[in-house]
Amino acid sequence: MAKARVKAPKTAAAGELVTIKTLVNHKMESGRRKDGDGNLIPRKIINAFSATFGGEEVVSAKFEPAISTNPYFQFSFNVPATGDLVMKWTDDDGSTVEQTKTITVA
Amino acid sequence: MKKFTRTLTCILALSTITTVAIADEDAELVINGDLNISTKAAAPADSALDELISGWRFRTNETQALQMDDFDNPSFIFIEQGEDLYAKVDGSEGKSCASCHEDVASFEGLKSTLPRHNATTGKLDTMETLVNDCRTERMGAEPWKWSKGKMTAMTSLISLQSRGMPINVKTDGEAAGAYDLGKELYYTRVGQLDMSCANCHEDNYGNMIRADHLSQGQINGFPTYRLKNAKMNSIHARFKGCMKNIRATPFKEGSDEFRALELYVASRGNGLSVESPSVRN
Amino acid sequence: MSLTRRNALALGSASFVVTLMPLNAFAAKDETMAVINAFTNGAAVSDGGINLTTPEIAENGNTVPVQFSAPGAKRVMLLADGNPTPGVGTFNFGKLSDASGSTRIRLAGTQEVIAVAEMADGSYAQVAKTVKVTIGGCGG
Repeated sequence: MAKARVKAPKTAAAGELVTIKTLVNHKMESGRRKDGDGNLIPRKIINAFSATFGGEEVVSAKFEPAISTNPYFQFSFNVPATGDLVMKWTDDDGSTVEQTKTITVA
Repeated sequence: MKKFTRTLTCILALSTITTVAIADEDAELVINGDLNISTKAAAPADSALDELISGWRFRTNETQALQMDDFDNPSFIFIEQGEDLYAKVDGSEGKSCASCHEDVASFEGLKSTLPRHNATTGKLDTMETLVNDCRTERMGAEPWKWSKGKMTAMTSLISLQSRGMPINVKTDGEAAGAYDLGKELYYTRVGQLDMSCANCHEDNYGNMIRADHLSQGQINGFPTYRLKNAKMNSIHARFKGCMKNIRATPFKEGSDEFRALELYVASRGNGLSVESPSVRN
Repeated sequence: MSLTRRNALALGSASFVVTLMPLNAFAAKDETMAVINAFTNGAAVSDGGINLTTPEIAENGNTVPVQFSAPGAKRVMLLADGNPTPGVGTFNFGKLSDASGSTRIRLAGTQEVIAVAEMADGSYAQVAKTVKVTIGGCGG
C-alpha cells in the first residue's frame, strides 16, 4: 500500500516536547464518488493510525473519509528517554505500513 | 494600464465579489527556513506587467504555508516517486536515468531555461520532450504521457534542482518564431466566453473571479500540487484547464501551440525564482 | 481509474458536492448531536479547555488544515457538521502526549467544525469554528 513519510528529530533532551509530522501517499477514496460509468467507487481509506514510544501508547487515531487525500497528521509528545517511535497505519483492505524512528536522549 | 475589459466586467458583475481574506501580500517565501525565493521581480522594459508577481502571493496564508516547508508540501510524495523512477532501469538498453546522468543534481539550471529551441527538430524542447527523448532514443523505453503521474513525478524532481534560480528563457534568435506564436495565442480571444489569457491574467490579476483570486498566471512554480486534485499538474494540463474554463477547445498537450505558449508565458516570468514544486489551490 | 473530466470534477471539488447533493443528504444537526452524545455518554459538555484552529476561509474544501489542542485530554473527536456524515477523526492520547494534533480535512461546504474532548477527570469540553468554503471560478 501506501508509502509513509515521517519527520522526527533524531535527538532530544530528556522530557522535551517533540513534534512529529507524518504524511502518507493515499487516495482516501471516500466511498461517495462515482466512476465514469456512474458506479459508486468503494470506500478505501486509511482508517487507523497509532504511535507508541518505548512500547507506551502516544496517540492512536481513527480516521473517517473526511480526512484529505494524502493524509497528514502531526502530534507532539514528551520524550522520557532514548527509545523507538513506532508508527502504524491501517488500510481498509487490512494492509498496514509501519515506520520506526529512534529518538536519542543525549 | 486599463484594468477592466468589457467581457470581464460582465463576468465579474454576475459573480459574488466577496471580501475574503486574501493572501498576505507582504509575506515572503522562505522555504525550510533558509531558501529565499523571489516572489516579486521588476518587470522587463517591454513587459505588459507593472511588476512580476508569483502565484504564491495570491494564495491564502494556509496555502502559502504548505510551500514553506518541504515536509508540509505534499509535492514531495511525488518527488520521492520521481527519485525511484530516476534510479529504475527501464527499456531494452538496460539503463536508468542515473546510468547516464548520475546525480539528479546535475540538472541544476535546466528548468529555468526551458522551453528552448532545438536546432535539430526545429521545435521547442520542453522538459517533457527531453525526458521522453531519453526514454525512446537512449533507454529503448516507452514514452510517458505528457501529464500523467510518472512524467510529472520526473519533471517535478528535475525542476526541483533549479529551485531558487531566476527564470531566464531565451526568446530571440531561433526561438523568436515560437515566441511570436505564443504571444499571439496569449492575446487571442477564444471560446464561447470570448476571452484571451490576458483578460484574466494581465488585465485582472489581483481581482476576484467569483471566489478565486486571479494571479498573473506565472508558471515558475510548475509542476504544481493543486489542492483541487491532490496531484502534480503539468503546465500544458493547466493551459487545457484554462481553455476549458472559457469554453474553448483546448490545444493538445505537447502541441506546437502549447509549447509556444509555454515559452511566451515562461518569458513573462523572466526574473522570478523557480519555485517548483509549488502548491496552489 | 483514468482521470476523465467527470472523475476530475468529483475528485477535485467539494463544491461539486455542494452543488449536486440534495439537501437532505447532509448530516442534520441532530446527527451531529447524536454522535457527540455517544462520545460523551450524554454527559454535559462545557466550553473552554480545548482550542481549535481553522482557517476563516478555506481556499479549497478538499484540503483544510485544522489544529486542536486540549491539554490533559484523554480523547478528542473532530466533527464536520455540514458533511454528508459528521465524523472526521477520533484521537486517543497516552500519558506522554500533550493531547494536540494537526491534520487536513475535507469540508463539503461552509460549516461548523467541532472538536469535543474528554478530559482526564471525565468531564467534557467542546469548541466549534465556522469555516467558509468558497466555490471558485477556476481553482474550484
